[in-house]
Amino acid sequence: MTRKLVVIGAGMASGRMLEHLFDQAPGQWDVTLFNAEPRGNYNRLMLSPVLSGDKTYAQIVTHDSDWYLAQGVTCRFGEAVVGIDREAQIVHGARGPVEYDALVIATGSAPFIIPLPGHKLPGVVAYRDLEDTNAMIEASRPGATAVVIGGGLLGLEAAAGMAARGAEVTVIHLMGHLMERQLDPAAGYLLQRDLEKRGIRIHCKGATKAILGTDRVEAVLLEDGTTYPADLVCMAVGIRPETRLANDAGLEVARGITVDDQMRTSDPAIFALGECVEHDGQLFGLVAPLYDQAKVLAATLAGTPAAFMPLQTATKLKVTGCDLFSAGDFAEGPGREDIVFRDPGRGIYKRLILEGDRLIGAVMYGDTADGPWFFDKIRSGADITADRDTLIFGPAFAGGAQADPLAAVAALPPEAEICGCNGVCKGTIVTAIQGGAATLDAVRGLTKASASCGTCTGLVEQVMALTLGDGFAANANPPMCKCTDHTHEDVRRLIKSMGLKSIPAVMQDLGWKTVGGCASCRPALNYYLIADWPLDYRDDRQSRFVNERNHANIQKDGTYSVVPRMWGGVTTSAELRAIADAADRYAVPMIKVTGGQRIDLLGVRKEDLPAIWSDFNQAGMVSGHAYAKGLRTVKTCVGTDFCRFGTQDSTGLGIRLEKLLWGSWTPAKVKLGVSGCPRNCAEATCKDIGVVCVDSGFQISVAGAAGMDVRETEPLLTVDTEDEVCEVIAAFVQLYREQARYLHRIYKWVDKVGLDWAREQVADPATRAGLIERFRLSQTIYQTDPWAEHAARPDEWAPVADLRLRAAE
Amino acid sequence: MSQLIDIAALEDIPPQGARVVRTPQGCVAVFRTADDRVFALDDRCPHKGGPLSEGIVHGTSVTCPLHNWVFDMATGQAQGADSGAVATHAVRVEGGRILLDASVIRRVA
Ligand SMILES: Cc1cc2nc3c(=O)[nH]c(=O)nc-3n(C[C@H](O)[C@H](O)[C@H](O)COP(=O)(O)OP(=O)(O)OC[C@H]3O[C@@H](n4cnc5c(N)ncnc54)[C@H](O)[C@@H]3O)c2cc1C
Ligand code: SF4
Ligand code: FES
Repeated sequence: MTRKLVVIGAGMASGRMLEHLFDQAPGQWDVTLFNAEPRGNYNRLMLSPVLSGDKTYAQIVTHDSDWYLAQGVTCRFGEAVVGIDREAQIVHGARGPVEYDALVIATGSAPFIIPLPGHKLPGVVAYRDLEDTNAMIEASRPGATAVVIGGGLLGLEAAAGMAARGAEVTVIHLMGHLMERQLDPAAGYLLQRDLEKRGIRIHCKGATKAILGTDRVEAVLLEDGTTYPADLVCMAVGIRPETRLANDAGLEVARGITVDDQMRTSDPAIFALGECVEHDGQLFGLVAPLYDQAKVLAATLAGTPAAFMPLQTATKLKVTGCDLFSAGDFAEGPGREDIVFRDPGRGIYKRLILEGDRLIGAVMYGDTADGPWFFDKIRSGADITADRDTLIFGPAFAGGAQADPLAAVAALPPEAEICGCNGVCKGTIVTAIQGGAATLDAVRGLTKASASCGTCTGLVEQVMALTLGDGFAANANPPMCKCTDHTHEDVRRLIKSMGLKSIPAVMQDLGWKTVGGCASCRPALNYYLIADWPLDYRDDRQSRFVNERNHANIQKDGTYSVVPRMWGGVTTSAELRAIADAADRYAVPMIKVTGGQRIDLLGVRKEDLPAIWSDFNQAGMVSGHAYAKGLRTVKTCVGTDFCRFGTQDSTGLGIRLEKLLWGSWTPAKVKLGVSGCPRNCAEATCKDIGVVCVDSGFQISVAGAAGMDVRETEPLLTVDTEDEVCEVIAAFVQLYREQARYLHRIYKWVDKVGLDWAREQVADPATRAGLIERFRLSQTIYQTDPWAEHAARPDEWAPVADLRLRAAE
Repeated sequence: MSQLIDIAALEDIPPQGARVVRTPQGCVAVFRTADDRVFALDDRCPHKGGPLSEGIVHGTSVTCPLHNWVFDMATGQAQGADSGAVATHAVRVEGGRILLDASVIRRVA
């Protein structure tokens, strides 16, 4: 007996299901197929090649009208189903009802459209079907502009497709890096770099505010005020299961239509499969599991027992030239370990995630050839303990010799190239070492090996270890932290020479061994990037130590101390009144005068910080940066204004210096002192930089300290005018900013580079001018009061929720 | 996880950052990692009470801002040479919302 089957949606899942069904149970069902799209089944995955022009629509059709006709299917294409009457077992199409004995819902997903102002303008499309694809093709004439909102899998395929047709494409992505669900920041950076090479502009951390235009789209406006012109806007920000029909019919729906292992919904006569379903709490957005569902449902309809068991899925990005593969679960978690491999030169990134003795996830970029092999290990759950050391090298190494890096280097012939930048081969290095070069610097000096980009430093050291044997004491300068083999000095040099401008870029291109660094390297990298690329780099708040993130000093009980700036230690009655008022208003437990001639309000609660800042800003005061690796205070004495010994206006000069230097970030804190005569009431000679005014001019001395080490300053230069004092000090501070290792105070840095060298730099007019210019450029960006910015967003400082009341209810 | 409380949107916490939730049992720090996973820990370091919510988040670890103890956020265990643990709370993200185990609002006896 033939029974009536109605299928809603002619997508990839139902197409495959019908194929199986006609194979297994020919003639058993009389099928009516509805599809909102005016066509039968095509391979939706292949829309991207159609968009980029690599394929035509005809090439991606899987089941056309003729196929359905041959199977006796009644096709109602271009007709959406508008309702299901479960009691009467009738499906209502837009053009009339059909009865069913069994019903299959396969309505797929609906793309998310963010309801931004302007989202309904003509020219705004999603990326879901052939109509969207054709609209994008239409709009991708050479010279046209397009904006894609969303830097996930689909958004990037849309962007690459339109770019391949000659459009000028910008991708706006809310998160810090592309495809954040699949990739970590380092792999995201590689992907971004590859896409940028194809002329696609990528704007990460970009929140779209509105789509602009009158009759159709013209541009996209971001929260930060940037606008990008757009003849077309493609929104690819996500999908959600298309469950409206099921909802209206009163079926059980969670995020998707709830189905059991047989793909049956809460109504035994109704089945569902594909992206619209939820099985065991899980949704499905890739075809592999849908095909499994199709098999199960066909069997169920044919009366054969079958059960759906979701398996791991793998993702690829279908953008020619961007090789990306990710499979399994690659989030970090308890008991999970990462193996990370980076080959900076070839732009390769691989990361394996292990849990116990099993491989559970893999992400790779740049070389995905081994993807299927890893995927197989993930699915089979094989024990990988034995291969662990070489696992990341893939099947080529599987079960083979243990990879001893030293043995590999030993096996290299003398003519093997070690340093690619300078074309230095192993033999040259060995000769240099045998000729007496015993340190890395000596080898560098003689052969140039590892003197440019430096990524071969490790190799050079291995050659040294092999040649010198026990005589080789590996680099006495320890690496920056456990995340890398590079020293701070190497990292600083490489950031400059390789033009690395973000933390993920540094981590990828310098071969970081951890996924996201640690609390020791991240603040250092953030500082180096700020110092080296003031215009290009955007500060990463989350890589800052708490004091700088909150612009106040954390105290032992988790409260903060707040210190407004008092230029040169001078204040006014109005400022004192404002400070006293704030102390009352925020119930400050202690008010203390600091050693740097300022007033410290101790014990301020975090959530009060924005308000107290805002009060100080209104009273004309800015942050004292008392917490910063940056300029802190300039201590002064009274000088000629009141003191009978004063030779110069030390107070005025101190204020001038503080106004010049404040707001600049430095490797460690910087304190200055200016005394009006050698009696030195400002204690200038135990500061990082001190100035002692004398009748004939100004003695500038540096490298003092009065902390854990107590040091007297050493003379740097003596100059005639205040202007020159300012120039020399600005140049010296900039030299320190550019050269020193993070957390090294000036005295430590001077010990390393030598005071004579530093003096030569700031004394040479051309070098000094360059340093001053770079310092001023950086100040145009960073000499801003952090309080002004944060006081405007007080919400972020308070607890995100207060459950104490809820508990009382 | 028995009962869940919706505490905030995922977006309310910056990636690699944390926000605090006040509960009758003290503050709970809710962390978000670079890859959008969330963890909830008591906001008190077992060493000297440092606010873990202000630590630097790296991978699934957080470094206490006061004396640099490092904790695995999933287990609450101190890492490396330090020993001790901080209590963890079940938390998950669903539909962009952060859901926290309701046992945190149970009154302490
Ligand atoms: C551009 C693009 C690229 C992709 N790339 C990949 C990839 O590389 N790998 C991968 O695994 N997956 C990929 N996917 C996802 C994959 O295409 C989907 O997972 C799959 O198509 C879902 O199949 P489905 O049958 O559930 O839904 P669909 O294929 O979406 O079919 C649902 C059909 O139901 C119709 N419909 C909806 N409501 C009604 C109604 N009320 N009445 C009648 N008809 C209705 C719709 O018009 C649609 O034709 C991609 C998707 C897109 C859009
Ligand atoms: S340092 Fe000299 S000028 Fe300054 S206050 Fe002391 S005695 Fe007077
Ligand atoms: S209080 Fe956390 S490490 Fe000391």
